[in-house]
Amino acid sequence: MEQLKPRISVYYAQNTTIVTLTDEKLLEDEDIKALEDSVMPLIDGAVNIVIDFSNVQFLSSAVLGLLIRISKKVNENKGRLKLCCINPKIFEIFKITRLNEIFDIHDDAKKALLSLK
Amino acid sequence: MTSKICTHEKLVSKGIISELRKICSRVLCCADTLGYSRDDQFAVHLAMEEAFVNAVKHGNKQDPQKDIIVEYGLGPEKIEIWVTDQGEGFNPSDLADPRSSENIYKTGGRGVLLIKSYMDSVEYNKTGNCVHMVKFSSKSA
Repeated sequence: MEQLKPRISVYYAQNTTIVTLTDEKLLEDEDIKALEDSVMPLIDGAVNIVIDFSNVQFLSSAVLGLLIRISKKVNENKGRLKLCCINPKIFEIFKITRLNEIFDIHDDAKKALLSLK
Repeated sequence: MTSKICTHEKLVSKGIISELRKICSRVLCCADTLGYSRDDQFAVHLAMEEAFVNAVKHGNKQDPQKDIIVEYGLGPEKIEIWVTDQGEGFNPSDLADPRSSENIYKTGGRGVLLIKSYMDSVEYNKTGNCVHMVKFSSKSA
């Protein structure tokens, strides 16, 4: 039997949904699809979302595409999206692609939450 | 003392990304044995992942009848990888810059940029269906 593994953990604070990615590596199409299927239903109306990358050690460009889809949906719903806890190696990927200029990235979830006040 | 192990292999694989990732794991395992830094291994991992996805999805158009040929050579000073698909090829200079304002919100098109950014040398053959990537050991720099 295939083992089901949660892709995210979710908690709520200050009217914000904090989504922690639980995988260390985000590569496989199925993993990215599962992640998308988990996150998208959380964007229901004008919600603020923080995505916490503290567990993520490796990702491919396919994940960047997913983040842009999430960002578009959050913006369409008049919410705000923040990213946090991106390790330096992963942050380099954001810098190379200049996605650090379009995503609001914070050192930790606390700072991300403060930026939403 | 650094072991002077050199490995060279050429493998033909059906275009199944999970199979190709096993080749990537072998390359990274050899790179680790040869003392390549974590940053070098991260770079090679990312470049191979992006090259495999490009070869399977854009090159072979996910046709399971088409093969991907992976050739790699590892020594203490550099890692070389060739990834060849059976597609029509493309001209890398035709690729749009994914960092430009008109493309930055597109959901794809960043793979080749990442390969070029993380590897020390990246060349395509004339047909555009084979990428040759080289990473020099940062320890021998």
